[in-house]
This record gives sequence, C-alpha cells and structure tokens, in this order.
Amino acid sequence: MTLLITVFAAVIVSVLWYNRKSDEMQFGTLMFLFWGASIMWLVDAVFEYAELGADYFAPAVEDMINDMYLGLSVVALALVIWLVKLLITDPRGTVRMALKRK
Amino acid sequence: MACFLVSAAEAVIVTAVEKGVEKKEMMEAEASGSTQVKELHIPLSRKLKWLSNMLWGGVVLLLFEHIWHGEVVPFFPFLTAMSDPADTAAMLGEMATVGVCMALLITIVWVIMCKAADVIVSRKTAADAQGQEV
Repeated sequence: MTLLITVFAAVIVSVLWYNRKSDEMQFGTLMFLFWGASIMWLVDAVFEYAELGADYFAPAVEDMINDMYLGLSVVALALVIWLVKLLITDPRGTVRMALKRK
Repeated sequence: MACFLVSAAEAVIVTAVEKGVEKKEMMEAEASGSTQVKELHIPLSRKLKWLSNMLWGGVVLLLFEHIWHGEVVPFFPFLTAMSDPADTAAMLGEMATVGVCMALLITIVWVIMCKAADVIVSRKTAADAQGQEV
C-alpha cells in the first residue's frame, strides 16, 4: 500500500512537472523524491513477494490500514521537504518581499 | 532493517562526485570564455544531480519508514538490529541483498533516463524540421 501511494504521488507530480510553465515551483525535486522512494520500495516488494508468494497480495486488513497510514505520512513528509526547499530558495522572491515589507 | 544505508552511501559518493564535476565544468566553461551550455548537450553534473536527488529522496523516505517500524531509533546504536548479534547478521544480509538491489535498480533507471534524455534533446522537433524546410 505504501508503494502504491508513493507511485500514485510520483505519477501525479510527474504530470504536474510536465505541464509546468516554469521551474519556479521546483516540481522536479518532489518528482525525484517520490520516484526514488518508489523504486526502492519496489525492490522491497519484490523480495517480500519472493518470500511470501501469493500471500503478499492478500495482506491483513490491519496491516493494510497501517501501510496506508504510513504511505500518506510519507507523502506528507515529502511535501513538507519540498515546501521548505521552495520557501528557502524562494525563486519568485515572495518570501523576501514579505519579510522586507514593513 | 537498514537496507537504505547502501543507497545512502551511494548518495554521499554521487553528491561528492557531482560537486567535483560541476566545479570542473564551470572551470572549463570559464577557460573557454563561454558560460553558456551547449544546446544539444546535457552536462554530466546535471545528470548526476538527478541520480543524487533520487537516491536522497529514497533514503529520506525509507528512513522515515524504518523509524515508523521501530527499526531506527534516536539513540545509540540507532539501529535496533545492532543490539543482538543474530539480528545484526540478518541486517547485514538484508543490506547485501535488498540494499544493493535498491541502489543498483536506481542506478539502472538513471542510466536509462540519461540515454533517453540525450535522445530527446538531440531529436529534431517539428518546429526545427519546419524551419529547415523553409
């Protein structure tokens, strides 16, 4: 479930990156963050599948809920990292303008 | 258990190499008197940045997952598997298999990405072709 949520996040951000008007929003950072994690969790999933077999696709409801909660938390963390980077680099100068305003 | 540490090690190396290559490319550009990057060429430092971003992204999010599962703790020895020799052996085994495969797959994806990017950049767009005809 964590892998699935991360892959969906990666695809959505990739579409946003493709449709961007400029690089100001830095979707590339978020895109690489999600794709990197997705690839790593994919390997994890392959190894788990090799160990569990078909049972891998029939997880307990409790495990699924926990994994979903983890997946959403991972997306939230990635979004926070991206937002902090965006505010620090401040490509539009919005933060600087707001801070300079009396 | 600690599979992300292999990718973390690769990320550190790639970041260091990227900085070195970036510096070298800037010096070469200054020496040639041009700060403009060739249009049909993606600098190696930019490609390495893609790899380091993917590696660091994966490492940070997997670190969070390991904290979530209680495998990484904020006190010494930081990895719960380190407190028991049997668990440590299992952890090292996981790093050698899952960890190495993770780092390898990310690198393979990056190589494919770089090849695809080179092809896309060198490909003539419809507008370019039209311009040539005229």
